[in-house]
Amino acid sequence: MTELRRVVVSSLTLGGAVGIFALSFGVASVSAGASVWQTCALSLFVFTGASQFSAMSVVGAGGSMLAAYGGAVLLAARNLVYGLALSSSAKSMAGNLPRRLFAAHFVIDETTALALAQSSPRFRKVAFWTTGIGLFTFWNLGTLIGALAGTAIDPQKFGLDIAFPAAFIVMLVPHLRSKLGRQAAVLGGVLCLVSISFLPIGVPILIAALAVLVGVRNDQ
Amino acid sequence: MINEAPTNLWLMIIALAISAYLLKMFGLVVLGSRQLPKVFDRCLGLVPAALLSALVLKDTFSVGQSLVVDARVAGFLVAVIAAWRRAPLIVVVVLAAGATALLRAI
Repeated sequence: MTELRRVVVSSLTLGGAVGIFALSFGVASVSAGASVWQTCALSLFVFTGASQFSAMSVVGAGGSMLAAYGGAVLLAARNLVYGLALSSSAKSMAGNLPRRLFAAHFVIDETTALALAQSSPRFRKVAFWTTGIGLFTFWNLGTLIGALAGTAIDPQKFGLDIAFPAAFIVMLVPHLRSKLGRQAAVLGGVLCLVSISFLPIGVPILIAALAVLVGVRNDQ
Repeated sequence: MINEAPTNLWLMIIALAISAYLLKMFGLVVLGSRQLPKVFDRCLGLVPAALLSALVLKDTFSVGQSLVVDARVAGFLVAVIAAWRRAPLIVVVVLAAGATALLRAI
């Protein structure tokens, strides 16, 4: 029972922390020009943080919707890998097909990490659902509060245009632990900077994705 | 800020919601426990590193298609230091926004 409690507590703690992230998404998204409804729709239905941030960052800079969509989908692609990693436990976590289809919405970084950290199927199920539902609740509450706050203030005056890059920096740090991650980050950054002046807004973000090819050669 | 009609933003949001769901669902429900080639796995894992770094630089050093250095650089530097010292996100954002706002005010 204490073990079960530990799983639930760590899931909910994570949810709370993520709510703060959502707060900054809400503020940044309306500062970038989305309405409160559009901002909330992103968190409710897209529900994968980095993609949401990326889409609104490109839109806010004046990029095309296609470029915004492209970058966001590339960032969402890793959820495919998470789904694969969880698929062997899918039946024990979610049950029948309709339930598995519902569970799919919650396949993101955090639910995958916490579910896979559990050794027994029962705890895996508890971790997946408490993380998924808890995080979904905090993520959407945070987004709504942030969006409402964001409409009430002048983003430029309060330096809120830095909210996007600041959040991206925080998300980037864990990826810099591996050598390949650092190489991809440096190459992605360089590709973006050199192409910014001659490619349409937002497209340099797609070009930066070529940097993942450092993973082709390297075996580590 | 937005060059296109709000309807287009709605369309993008809907397309993104469908795509994001299909990606999640495809791995969990359709493909099952099939193994992806290691290389594919590794490259997908590097997407956030490549794109987040590009997004940071775009949001700090560009306006539209021009490279610029303005008050955002102060916020950027503060955010890097704060994130490096593992400050929580809210602290990183508040410090960065504060630095940028301060530089604009003086």
